[in-house]
Amino acid sequence: MSRIVVVTSGKGGVGKTTTSAAFATGLAMRGYKTAVIDFDVGLRNLDLIMGCERRVVYDFVNVINGEASLKQALIRDKRTENLYILPASQTRDKDALTKEGVGQIISDLCADGFDFVVCDSPAGIERGAHMAMYFADDAVVVTNPEVSSVRDSDRILGLLQSKTQKAEQGEIVREHLLITRYSPDRVQAGEMLGMEDILEILAVPLIGVIPESQSVLQASNSGTPVILDKESDAGKAYDDFVRRFLGETVPHRFLEVEKKGFLKRLFG
Amino acid sequence: MGWFDYFRQGKPNSAQLAKERLQIVIAHERIDRTGPDYLPQLRRDIMDVIRKYVPITEEQVNVQYEKGADYDVLELNIALPERER
Ligand SMILES: Nc1ncnc2c1ncn2[C@@H]1O[C@H](COP(=O)(O)OP(=O)(O)O)[C@@H](O)[C@H]1O
Ligand SMILES: [Mg+2]
Repeated sequence: MSRIVVVTSGKGGVGKTTTSAAFATGLAMRGYKTAVIDFDVGLRNLDLIMGCERRVVYDFVNVINGEASLKQALIRDKRTENLYILPASQTRDKDALTKEGVGQIISDLCADGFDFVVCDSPAGIERGAHMAMYFADDAVVVTNPEVSSVRDSDRILGLLQSKTQKAEQGEIVREHLLITRYSPDRVQAGEMLGMEDILEILAVPLIGVIPESQSVLQASNSGTPVILDKESDAGKAYDDFVRRFLGETVPHRFLEVEKKGFLKRLFG
Repeated sequence: MGWFDYFRQGKPNSAQLAKERLQIVIAHERIDRTGPDYLPQLRRDIMDVIRKYVPITEEQVNVQYEKGADYDVLELNIALPERER
């Protein structure tokens, strides 16, 4: 049985694609056959973050329209075994994603022995976001410590509880909260919502906290999922998140302000 | 604590304010979502009726919707403006 996981948020620019790339890579690194699908029709970007943009021949919509087979469209990752990417189409046709088409691709992936299918949702609450979540067993809700992101996450939680196949069948989509772009020093200064505040407001189990980190931009520059940067805090935090998702108990890190040296303490 | 932090003291804690505002707006939106579809329109209609008589703002009207076992409860709480003395 494959597990279908949507990475969603409502708001754009919060780290869904960064998370999808890291998450899928982390699962594949642990031996799980994983496909990651870019649902952002018209704004393809997962290919760049995964570093396979020059190998895109066919896309998601080509497969739905029967212009290519799923095998032809899936890009096999060069760095990580067991990992496959299905790029989004650059078409402007918003209706290109049909429920039947998406459902067919997902059941073909299941039949093909994939353990995980990670769905990178576009921003918003329109068709693309709806299709990305519709078949999900699990949802990773990506939230930044910032008012509009938290509010949009709550809206997305409402949709997960009403507009998915699981909801229609009277079941539930398992929800996991992933807080990204977290700055412990700004939280300590009272300038940024803290992890506890967000948890209290959204009331969803926490699966990870990813710190704000320059290594994310660097990783995207080179097209390397940040989880492969084992030195960086963000890479380590993403690795912890994957382990928790797979059922391990891993304490949260990078929540406290780093201890500063004497000089730094003196001059702030 | 660094030296500069001493100057920060007394500055309002904006994260706390963010949290309070979020709690209020999200509570409202959850009610609209879980309650009947007519709820948002009902709230607007009630506002319009009351405004014929007294000036009130959005946040002075509180609509609670609770699902019970046998019947649901719709609770309206309207805070009228303070009287001039
Ligand atoms: N933990 C982080 N630290 C710093 N920058 C981040 C972090 N996560 C994401 N970003 C940056 O935020 C921007 C949006 O990220 P992206 O994953 O494309 O978001 P989304 O898919 O939700 O629109 C990118 O420029 C990315 O580099
Ligand atoms: Mg994205």
